Amino acid sequence: MSVEKNDRRNFIGMSFGAVAAVGGIFSLVALKKTWDPLPSVKAAGFTTVDLSPIKDGELYQVEWRKKPIFILKKTADMKNDAKRDVVVGGARYTVCIGLCTHLGCIPSYKGGQFVCACHGGIFDVSGNNIFGPPPRPLDIPPFKIDGTKLVLGETGPEYEKLVSQA
Amino acid sequence: MAHIRKATSLGDWFDQRLATTKFWKVMVSEYWIPKNINFLWAMGVILMTLFILLFVSGLMLMMYYKPDANLAFDSVNYTIMQEVEYGWLWRHIHAIAASVTFLIIYIHTFTAIYYRSYKQGREMIWVSGILLFLIFSAEAFSGYMLPWGQMSYWAAQVITQLFGGIPVIGPAVVEWIRGDYAVSDPTLTRFFMLHVCLLPIVIIAVIAFHFYALRFPHVNNLEGEEIDFDLEADKYLEGKTAESKVIPFWPGFLSKDFFYVSIFMVFFFYLVGFNFNFAMDPINFDPANSLKTPPHIYPEWYFLWEYEILRGFFFDVGPMKAADIGLIAFAFAGVSLIFIPWFDRSDVVAPAHKNKAFFIWFWVLIIDLILLSVFGKLPADGITGGIDNTYIGFVLSILYIILLVVCLPLITIAERKRG
Repeated sequence: MSVEKNDRRNFIGMSFGAVAAVGGIFSLVALKKTWDPLPSVKAAGFTTVDLSPIKDGELYQVEWRKKPIFILKKTADMKNDAKRDVVVGGARYTVCIGLCTHLGCIPSYKGGQFVCACHGGIFDVSGNNIFGPPPRPLDIPPFKIDGTKLVLGETGPEYEKLVSQA
Repeated sequence: MAHIRKATSLGDWFDQRLATTKFWKVMVSEYWIPKNINFLWAMGVILMTLFILLFVSGLMLMMYYKPDANLAFDSVNYTIMQEVEYGWLWRHIHAIAASVTFLIIYIHTFTAIYYRSYKQGREMIWVSGILLFLIFSAEAFSGYMLPWGQMSYWAAQVITQLFGGIPVIGPAVVEWIRGDYAVSDPTLTRFFMLHVCLLPIVIIAVIAFHFYALRFPHVNNLEGEEIDFDLEADKYLEGKTAESKVIPFWPGFLSKDFFYVSIFMVFFFYLVGFNFNFAMDPINFDPANSLKTPPHIYPEWYFLWEYEILRGFFFDVGPMKAADIGLIAFAFAGVSLIFIPWFDRSDVVAPAHKNKAFFIWFWVLIIDLILLSVFGKLPADGITGGIDNTYIGFVLSILYIILLVVCLPLITIAERKRG
C-alpha cells in the first residue's frame, strides 16, 4: 500500500469515527436509562392518607416513596403560613417530606420546631428553615386532596397553588 | 516471529516466549533505588500488602454476602459472623485493612510532602497517588454501605444527597444514582457492583500506572539529592557497590521492605485479633431503617477531616447558600492535594527541616488536619472551651484552605527568591 495515498485512509478513519460516535451516543442513552428507577418502583410511588383521625398539634408520620412524610395539624396558637399550609376541611396542616434539605437526615419534632441533629439545622412549625445549613424549607410532596384524604404522589390544584406561590 | 531455539531449561523456555529475564531486570533486579532512604519509603510495599489482604479477604466474604436489602444485614452479621468458619476473621481482616490502609496512605502522602517528592519530574507519581486516594475513598464508602446497618444506610443517604447540590439537575441526579426515590435495594446492588467489580479494576490499573510513573524520575531520597541513576547503576553493575549511590530494588530495598512489612503485620494482626472494634461502629449493628436517623452521624475516622470541612460553613454569604459553600469547600478539600506541585512555586527539592517556614507550614497543616478530624467526630451543636464547635470547625476549615492556597505559594516564592 502506498504511503502517500492518505486521503482514503483518512476517509476510512473519519467514517469509523462517525459510526463509533453514533454507537457511543446510543450506549450512553442505554447506560443512563439502566440506572433510572424501575417501572415497579415508579408505580409504587402513591400513598393515600386519611386525615380525619389526626389530632391537633401531634406529629404524624407516614411513608411515601420510602421517605418519611410529616403531617402536623396546626393548633389555634400555631402561626399560619399561607404559602405552605395545606387546608383540608377548614383545618390547617403542615405537610412536608421529613428529610432535612441539607443532607437528608430526618429532623425530630421538639417544642414546635423540627431540629436536625446531624448538622444542626432548625425548621419552624411550617417547615421553613430558620437556622443552620439547610438551604430551603422542607419540601412539600406532590398531593391531591380527596375529601378528607390526601393522595401523595399526584398533583391536585391545591398543590399547584402552593408551588406557584413558593 | 523471533527465532525460537530448543530450550535448555524451563526458565529458558519461558524466557524465549515472555522475555522473563528482561522483565525481571526492569522490574526488580535493575530497578534502582537510592541508598539514602528510610523506613518511610517502605509504606508503598505495606500498602501493596494491605491491598492483597483486602482483595483475598474480600473474595472470601463475597461467597456468603447477599447484595439484597432484605438479606444483606443477616448475611454479614449472622451467616458470615456466626456460621461460616473463620468468617469473622475475614470480616475483621477486611474492616481493619480498610481502616489501616488509610492510615498508611496518609503517612505515605505526608512523607512525600515532607520530603517534597511531588515535584521536579515526579508530578505524575504524585497525581496518580492522589487519584488512588480518591478511588480508595469511593471504594471504602461503597464497601461501608454493604452490611446495610443504620450507619451504612445513613452514610449512603448523606453522600448521595451531596449530588443534590449540583445546580438545576441535582435532585434528578440523586434519584438516578439511587435508582429509587430514597436509598434502597437498587442503590445497594449498584454500590455492590462498584465495590467488588468496577472500582477494584480501576484501582489495579491506577496502581500499575503509579508504579510505572516511578520508573523514569525514580524515588526521591532523604536529602532530595539529584542522582544520575544511569551513572550510579553502571558503578553498581561494575562491582563498585560501596561507591554507588544506588542499590537494586531486589535484593536491596525489598528485603528492608519485607522487614517493615513483618513488623507491620504484627501490629495489624494484633488489631484483627484483639482490637477489631475500632473499625466496627456500634450503630451499624442496627439494621438499616429509612424512617429513623441515628442521632449523630459521622463517617469513619479517615474521612472526618473532609466531613468537618463540609459542615464547617454554616452561614450564607450574599447569594451563596451555606450548604453550597460547604459543598464547594468539601469538593475542593477532596481534590486539593493534587495541586500541591503547582501551589509550590520553588524548584527546591529538600526535606522540610531545611526550610524553617516550610517546616512550620507542614506541621501546622498536620495539626489542622488532626483537629479537623477531632471536631468532625464531635456533635455539631456541642461547645468546646466556651466556643461553639461550629465556629471552631469554620476556623479550622478556612485555615486548611489558606494553608494550601495562600501560605504554600508565599513560602515557596520566598524560598525561590532567596535562591
